[in-house]
Amino acid sequence: MTQNIFRSIFRRYIVITPILLVLIVAQMEEYSQLTTSGTFGAAIRLAIPIMLAGLGGLYSEKTGVVNIGLEGMMIMGTWFGAWGGFTFGAWQGVFIGMLGGALFGLIHAIATVSFQVDHIVSGVAINILAAGVARFLNVIAFEDIAFASSTASPRITGDIGKLTVPYLAGGNINGEETSNFFGYIEDLNIFLVSDFAGLVLGFLSNISHLTIFALAIVPLSVLVLWNTPIGLQMRSVGEYPTGSESLGVNVYLMKYIGVTISGALSGLAGAYLVIAGTGIYLEGQTGGRGFIGLASMLFGNYKPFGILMGSGLFGFADALQLRSPKAVHGLLVIIAIFLFVLALKTLFEKKYIPSLISLVLSSGFLIWFLNSESIPNQFVYFTPHITTLIVLSFSNQRIKLPEKIGVPYKKGELS
Amino acid sequence: MKLSLRIASFSAPIIALAISFGLSSLILLFIGKDPIETFQIMFEYGIKGKSIVSIINRSIPLYISAIAVAVGFKMGLFNIGVEGQYLVGSIVAAFIGSQFSIITPLHILFIILIAVACSAMWAAIAGYLKVKKGIHEVISTIMLNYIGTGLISYSLTNVFDEKGSEYELPRTPELPDTGQMPALNNLFGLEDLQDLHGFLFVAIIVGIFYYWLVWKTTLGFDLRITGSNPIAAKFSGINPNRLIVVAMVTSGGFAGLVGLGPLLGYFHRFTIDFPTGLGFAGIAVALLGRNHPFGMGVGALLFAFLERSSQILDLNDVPKEIERMLQAFILLIVVVFYEVIRRFIVKQQIKDASKKVET
Repeated sequence: MTQNIFRSIFRRYIVITPILLVLIVAQMEEYSQLTTSGTFGAAIRLAIPIMLAGLGGLYSEKTGVVNIGLEGMMIMGTWFGAWGGFTFGAWQGVFIGMLGGALFGLIHAIATVSFQVDHIVSGVAINILAAGVARFLNVIAFEDIAFASSTASPRITGDIGKLTVPYLAGGNINGEETSNFFGYIEDLNIFLVSDFAGLVLGFLSNISHLTIFALAIVPLSVLVLWNTPIGLQMRSVGEYPTGSESLGVNVYLMKYIGVTISGALSGLAGAYLVIAGTGIYLEGQTGGRGFIGLASMLFGNYKPFGILMGSGLFGFADALQLRSPKAVHGLLVIIAIFLFVLALKTLFEKKYIPSLISLVLSSGFLIWFLNSESIPNQFVYFTPHITTLIVLSFSNQRIKLPEKIGVPYKKGELS
Repeated sequence: MKLSLRIASFSAPIIALAISFGLSSLILLFIGKDPIETFQIMFEYGIKGKSIVSIINRSIPLYISAIAVAVGFKMGLFNIGVEGQYLVGSIVAAFIGSQFSIITPLHILFIILIAVACSAMWAAIAGYLKVKKGIHEVISTIMLNYIGTGLISYSLTNVFDEKGSEYELPRTPELPDTGQMPALNNLFGLEDLQDLHGFLFVAIIVGIFYYWLVWKTTLGFDLRITGSNPIAAKFSGINPNRLIVVAMVTSGGFAGLVGLGPLLGYFHRFTIDFPTGLGFAGIAVALLGRNHPFGMGVGALLFAFLERSSQILDLNDVPKEIERMLQAFILLIVVVFYEVIRRFIVKQQIKDASKKVET
């Protein structure tokens, strides 16, 4: 009994301690960048593509198709988004980017559903195909255009538009600036309250219309997947295709829909990177975010709001590395303390070797923190990737996978 | 297997090749180029003596990379991280190898061992994360690729950089003469061409070793049975966790050899221009060659041929990136056709068996 209580406390500890530590460290002058509205705003911008890719993974995997090709579909989204954005305008670019992603989703569906190719093999092939296609298209589409090269597109035309909420975050009404309630609180520097205001302000000020559009997909996905007949059919196909077939569900069609939506959302993720981010297509700009999206889906336990949380976490790590390498240095002491408590935890559970390892690592991080001013740029670059591995290491306990995930289904065959 | 079925199984890559070339031709027509002329130029350029040496040199790392991937594939383990593994192994081996000098065979052997050990250790992290933490190897190896790239670019400038060199870009010190692998040109009477890498021999040995390992040893048997029927494998007493780690480490060990062909034969040091992307290309070759040592050899030569022969295209005003598309088409279509043909063969075998039972 007591052990259970301790265990549940420790389980929450994994989530709560880092947040508390971040808050405490953020109170120090040097590391105050950790929780400003600017950092949170950047975190949201960086989280959205990961979240969209994660949602894309969700639609596909709920229908039982593993989608490793998210990254490739995202690449198509970046290129088609940039091409559409350059040729027609920002919103058209978003739409064309989604179409490009959906097209590759469709290819994945044809390979895995109609031809029963191994899902991971097909996904890997999709990723390689997308990289090749994007490079080729970029060369032939922008051959004679200035500021374009074989690995970069010209800048998109038009602007997607931004919103700052009036009164709460100081947005304009009829051209006049209004009061900035949360900004005022943030400047007061009260422990916890100001940090929270920073978080809210990040959501309310200077927010791209595309961000709002993307965030709206989260509740929409809950609605579609869990509250509509077609959502039920899609989920049933991932759990028990033979049974669904016997009840008259068109299994192949549901899988096709799921994987194509998955492609469209990944395409949107890629288009977001271009249109709300860099403004141009760059080769390799997705940087493994499709896979991080997949990780956020696992972290979020196959739930849209969980995916939002997970991508927020990865976006935060990404934002720190972009906005304030100094703040990443502050993370070192957080990791050190975290590992120290972990060492105590494992010691309590009588796992001596992991405890010792945690202790050694903890002191290592502490020594590093005390003997350095900042983290080398090259290390800062992979903060999101290492965060992904660390987060997945601590959060994989109770994931409920769709029953028939990754199993090719052929009509009339028992699986 | 009956002869007709054997022929059927060989037809898949040929059909896939034909369709891929067809698709690429359509694209070439679409952008206003003559496909027949294009492929003719590529072919003529690709079979020149100089090109052939370059193709063989290029196919050496591709082949080894494919083998590294195939070891995992054989048991249904997807090591997408060969890319990061070989780069990590290559840079450490290049640096340590440049620090001393002993007689050539020992020196080269030492460099090989260091590269293999480093890459295997890097791969072991992914194995550990899968077994202990349940993280799927595709995610962990991809993340480790990015982490590896970051570590490499840091250590190249700060740890392994050549001290007191005038050269602007960071690079490791050059391997001493004893650490450079001699070329094979004299052996084949190719004195007037560029160096044919001596690592060719290692690649052939690796191919034979891979065949022996997978088809003639208990470990190989365990790998194959786990790949084709994990449940049966478990009941036959195979410890899946142990096997995952062993397979990952073996795969990483092979990956360590990938960068050594270019390193020992041409670059002699790790620089910013060191070839990347061989790990991902290896995945394609392994899928194309169906994890078979001979099939992968053909696949590696084919991909190397396409890469080399496309170099001439820019001079003829055709974007050479068509080659990347062609490779990707071949890959995607071939996996589809392998599956189609596999199902066809299984069906035929069931039919034959039921006929036998009836008579």
